Amino acid sequence: MEPLRHSPSPCSSSRPSSPSTPPCEMPGPVGVEAVLEQLKIKAMKMGFEFNIMVVGQSGLGKSTMLNTLFKSKVWKSNLPGLKVPIPQTLQLHSVTHVIEEKGVKLKLTVIDTPGFGDQINNDKCWDPILGYINEQYERYLQEEILITRQRHIPDTRVHCCVYFVPPTGHCLRPLDIEFLQRLCQTVNVVPVIARADSLTMEERETFRRRIQQNLRTHCIEVYPQKCLDEDINDKILNSKLRERIPFAVVGADQQHLVNGRCVLGRKTKWGVIEVENMAHCEFPLLRDLLIRSHLQDLKDITHNVHYENYRIIRLNESHLLPRGPGWVNLAPASPGQLTSHQPFKICREAHKDSEKEF
Amino acid sequence: TQRVVSGEGATRPCLLVPSAWRDETSQKMSKQQPAQFINPETPGYVGFANLPNQVHRKSVKKGFEFTLMVVGESGLGKSTLINSLFLTDLYPERVIPGAAEKIERTVQIEASTVEIEERGVKLRLTVVDTPGYGDAINCRDCFKTIISYIDEQFERYLHDESGLNRRHIVDNRVHCCFYFISPFGHGLKPLDVAFMKAIHNKVNIVPVIAKADTLTLKERERLKKRILDEIEEHNIKIYHLPDAESDEDEDFKEQTRLLKASIPFSVVGSNQLIEAKGKKVRGRLYPWGVVEVENPEHNDFLKLRTMLITHMQDLQEVTQDLHYENFRSERLKRGGRKVENEDMNKDQILLEKEAELRRMQEMIARMQAQMQMQMQGGDSDGGALGHHV
Repeated sequence: MEPLRHSPSPCSSSRPSSPSTPPCEMPGPVGVEAVLEQLKIKAMKMGFEFNIMVVGQSGLGKSTMLNTLFKSKVWKSNLPGLKVPIPQTLQLHSVTHVIEEKGVKLKLTVIDTPGFGDQINNDKCWDPILGYINEQYERYLQEEILITRQRHIPDTRVHCCVYFVPPTGHCLRPLDIEFLQRLCQTVNVVPVIARADSLTMEERETFRRRIQQNLRTHCIEVYPQKCLDEDINDKILNSKLRERIPFAVVGADQQHLVNGRCVLGRKTKWGVIEVENMAHCEFPLLRDLLIRSHLQDLKDITHNVHYENYRIIRLNESHLLPRGPGWVNLAPASPGQLTSHQPFKICREAHKDSEKEF
Repeated sequence: TQRVVSGEGATRPCLLVPSAWRDETSQKMSKQQPAQFINPETPGYVGFANLPNQVHRKSVKKGFEFTLMVVGESGLGKSTLINSLFLTDLYPERVIPGAAEKIERTVQIEASTVEIEERGVKLRLTVVDTPGYGDAINCRDCFKTIISYIDEQFERYLHDESGLNRRHIVDNRVHCCFYFISPFGHGLKPLDVAFMKAIHNKVNIVPVIAKADTLTLKERERLKKRILDEIEEHNIKIYHLPDAESDEDEDFKEQTRLLKASIPFSVVGSNQLIEAKGKKVRGRLYPWGVVEVENPEHNDFLKLRTMLITHMQDLQEVTQDLHYENFRSERLKRGGRKVENEDMNKDQILLEKEAELRRMQEMIARMQAQMQMQMQGGDSDGGALGHHV
């Protein structure tokens, strides 16, 4: 970065040069604000990466939801009733797309988990998922500790896991609770009420309250986590979100004509369910959370909190802490080690004070 | 010998008399004074055409008993549907258990009985609910409780039937089982298939697609077809409506045809009255419209209700003639032994199977010998061989 130069008077000639600051703008005595522009340009050049995982039983509209979120066919959605064999074990499929909007490129990786919760015996069906998430952390860690490492480490870590809760209208099922308890320790989880068009407004509210109560009782911290709110503004914004989580969503990738407007929705005999209409469902809230307002936050928390937690565990396991530029020979993690339920407090400052953790 | 035959669809019998007597009797009858029991308008009318009315009156006095079992995952609207079907509240003090309780719970059986009376006809309806089905993470054992309940009812009936006082046998056997399929899946789940295969020889299964208001029409058709294909693929025996008799009127035949074509029924239940198009209907109010429960274009609720009511008698009959008889013959063959534990010693099972095989072979050999003897003896009466083994 160019050194700051103190200029006696704000005039464009002696200011540190910033190529894209319009010449007529006076950024203040120092010109630090110019950094924002530079960052923006750099980010646009580099592009963004986002890895999102969807978990839920088959038929809850996961693929359709993804298509609706990113307004493109990122995933071929399975029509209900079409012959789709339920896989015997849980498999993970990941697909990468590069989508572009107004010059901003987003490298989107979508990870699907068909077969979750579909078997008669669903015990430990979350193990493959945890294994995958930890594997991505491991991959990043291995890259990070290389002596000569890449300038930009490819980030395959799961930034967000959207968990689809079936709209029973009662409360969370034992499977949901087991899964959420384990996963909230490792990744940002956003629970949503899937196929919410089967619940009336009152039923939705009752269901939502019960789920929130269940989450509190079992100490499950979903995104946005309360303990990670940095300042008062964050707190206010996130509290509003926390009131509405889990969002009741409906997904649709077909367009219909309603009152002369073309809307995304589901057409039934008794009306058209508009996906982007807040009165019908809370899809816009989910979209705003995931894409418009909190995408970067999701990535930051994944990097600063979840990844650091993983790193600390791994380094403690191999009894070696990185000192200086030496190569740290970490024993490769065995799959069983990190999938066990390890309760520890997530803390933003984890990467600075490791002693505070234990 | 005289044989009285009632003609096809005829309301009165015709007396078949040998031709030699015909003229004599007809002359005699026309000359005779009409006896007090003969209907003067129709000669030869005996009057047992009145029997169905007598049966009807007796049944009405006795009342009907029907046991319906509902099975399905939590949250599929089973209780709402049952309340909607029978227009009563069968679960007044219902408390939905919280998540923590659900973790520890196993499948339970809850039977509630209600007496419904309509135009003098009494129906004693028992609804057997199965809370906890499909809730656990590992559902391997979740249908054991249900199967043992069904068997218990059969056992009890068998015991009563073989007892001394058979006057007041209470029929608690399960006549029909509504199996609720989730509309969110892509067809049947492994649990659905396993459960239906386990009980299709014990009870009449009527598959029902729950919460049908979450599906568009196309999705519904696709799902129904998919479910029917899977049922056939796995050889699951669901309850088939009997075809309408050829002498029934066209409306009834058409109705039966429609019912058969709509299986599995996709239903929506509700007991709330919503104002729609100026009148009060039972339905569900959404911001985008009202789903009417009793509108055949919205869902198959009316079809399900019609099917249940017009086929209540048939369901009872099939339970008695098919499922109960299967159970009875199995039970009696076992010879009063209690149901063995599944973890029995494999060798023991083998020995028993061998013994059974030998018994069967002996029986077959005996039957063959008998047949040989009879064929040689020229006796055409196959009565001895006709009895159910």
